[in-house]
Amino acid sequence: MNVRNSSTLSGAARPRAPGLFHSLGAFPLAVLVPSMLVLGLMVLGVLGLSGCEARKGRPAMEKTPATGSVALNGAGATFPFPLYSKWMSEYNKINPDVRINYQSIGSGGGIRQVTAGTVDFGASDAPMDADSLAKAGGAIEQIPTTLGAVAVSYNLPGVEKLKLDGETLSQIFHGKIVRWNDAKLASINPDLKLPDQGITVIYRSDGSGTTSVFTDYLGAVSSVWKAEVGVGKSVRWPVGLGAKGNEGVTGQLKVSPGAIGYIEIAYALQNHLQIAAIKNQAGEFVIPDVASVTAAAAEVTLPDSMTASIVNAAGPGAYPISSFTYLLVYREAKDRRKGEALARFLWWALHDGQKFSGDLHYAPLPAAVTAKVEARLRALTFGGKILLTGT
Amino acid sequence: MTALSTELHPPSEGPLVSTRAPSQVNWGDRVFKVTTAGFAVLIIVTIVAMVLQMSVSAKLSLREFGWGFLTSTDWNPVIGSFGALPFIYGTVVSSLLALAIAVPVSIGVALYLSEMAPEAVRGPLAFSVELLAAVPSVVYGLWGIFALAPLMRDHVEPALRAVFGFLPFFQGPNQGFGLLTGSVVLAIMITPTITSVSREVFRAIPRTFREAALALGATRWESIRTGVLPIARPGLVGAAILGLGRALGETMAVTMLIGNRPEISASLFAPSYTMASVIANEFTEATEDLYLAALAEIGLLLFAVTILLNLVARLLVWRVSASPGGRS
Repeated sequence: MNVRNSSTLSGAARPRAPGLFHSLGAFPLAVLVPSMLVLGLMVLGVLGLSGCEARKGRPAMEKTPATGSVALNGAGATFPFPLYSKWMSEYNKINPDVRINYQSIGSGGGIRQVTAGTVDFGASDAPMDADSLAKAGGAIEQIPTTLGAVAVSYNLPGVEKLKLDGETLSQIFHGKIVRWNDAKLASINPDLKLPDQGITVIYRSDGSGTTSVFTDYLGAVSSVWKAEVGVGKSVRWPVGLGAKGNEGVTGQLKVSPGAIGYIEIAYALQNHLQIAAIKNQAGEFVIPDVASVTAAAAEVTLPDSMTASIVNAAGPGAYPISSFTYLLVYREAKDRRKGEALARFLWWALHDGQKFSGDLHYAPLPAAVTAKVEARLRALTFGGKILLTGT
Repeated sequence: MTALSTELHPPSEGPLVSTRAPSQVNWGDRVFKVTTAGFAVLIIVTIVAMVLQMSVSAKLSLREFGWGFLTSTDWNPVIGSFGALPFIYGTVVSSLLALAIAVPVSIGVALYLSEMAPEAVRGPLAFSVELLAAVPSVVYGLWGIFALAPLMRDHVEPALRAVFGFLPFFQGPNQGFGLLTGSVVLAIMITPTITSVSREVFRAIPRTFREAALALGATRWESIRTGVLPIARPGLVGAAILGLGRALGETMAVTMLIGNRPEISASLFAPSYTMASVIANEFTEATEDLYLAALAEIGLLLFAVTILLNLVARLLVWRVSASPGGRS
């Protein structure tokens, strides 16, 4: 029964003529306001993602302008991330016009992004294979930027300066040597009192460049490993527990007596974990540090692909589980300003940037490698014209 | 949450028909209806879009392995051979074990909170339980690595082996990181969910049921057993389903404690691997197409397992509510 005739009621009781908000009165504001906000945010998000780089006080622009700042985006390996972020902040201090943003999402992500062209440069510990290179939208230059080491850490209170050789290490990770006081270990470490304890192997559960380097080494020193397990960013580990990330392996090593694992050298040093000395080809037992990693790359000759594996290196004092890490850039840049800025940054990183490596436990590139990289940087072009002029 | 409301109260869903004549329909109501219908459609569209997208991404793997993917135990990225069985096993077993540990504890806590706790204790205890729910997954994982895993390795697992060592579940070496530890942390994580929902269920039961039992001379426990639990049963199953849903999808804490080894073993001390963990661990670094497709297929499988378990649980709710003791 609808009371349409409002004149029979008086004052406050009289129903008002339904205005818009009154008819929406059934619709709680608590639903309307947030949903409008969400929709609005979605619209803004879509606009933002479609490439408008609106900066404070400047109109949104798509291409880099003829004058003004350049923003470069890169993504890839987590292994060199500490060094890259140091480089990028130092370079920005010298060249405030150039802002470089690097996301450490993993080598696989870096390769995918640079192939798809969503970033200006990528980074990877393991070189790109022929398939990945073929899928990219242009020729990709893989530029070695620095050297790092994979340390073999263990948790045996009271047992310092453990020595291991490649064959023994591969047997431990293969599950063939299961106790610390095994005869093979005792024979390499005659002066150490090894406990009768089970060995707990800890590997990386996530795919990683560190695993790639480590399995590359094990494959180089053990044909059984190469045949049965293989080399790669992710492998099928015969025994052990998986932990996520360098930090996960470090954490597990710390709480598991009798454990052994492989981690990036910075983690081992900063967490004061015990590090094993590994026997290199020259017969010496070497601890990973800047000098031994540099020695590993001293004798390498880079082929045309500019990538090389330096595990189990031959020279004296070389640490056998070392590796290059690479930045991936297109030989033919897509944008002149960005290409030039990137080329100049790489040139700086190759020369002035190398002095920041030591503090972060990376090793600077040897002279022979530097010379080759210089030649490649000078060959980067845009529209057929060389980008790096005046170097 | 309809599992609770329809079983405990008369159905309160379904459109109410307005008695207004069509020419007098309220514009506000119409906008309301369209907007909320839009949101509902959005949910369905999202789910369908997710399934479609995952199927497209997994196409290569579906073609390559077919049904064998579900039965193969090989996970070898180097040679490109993938199989999901260890992950299905790890996910299902860890979730069910977590449920088995969490449900009695949670219902116990909920009963205590709603029936027996003195007023002064109730507030802080309820707050603490809710606080447990607010702790991020990664923090659980970290706490697990530094506190729970050593505790399990040094005390709990050896004790279990000593008492139950004749069962194959408690044999074999233990390193603290494994299926049991993962399940325990999952149980801790789903307890607040099950407790909160169970508590609401108990609160919704009219006092008259308990009073009737007490009037007939029942003890405290008997009055709960006869006056509360049978009526609450469908709702408690619903609470357990919610907990199960959370357990199935939990990634970070599990991957930090479960050992990440794609192997099926009878022993609960052995390391294992869940579907969510393998995707989280390996997706960022997977470059080969087949590898990515295999991981996408694991995502699809996780979706399917979740839906399947939810269907089974709904069936359970339906059966339980239809049986005497539930609403008939």
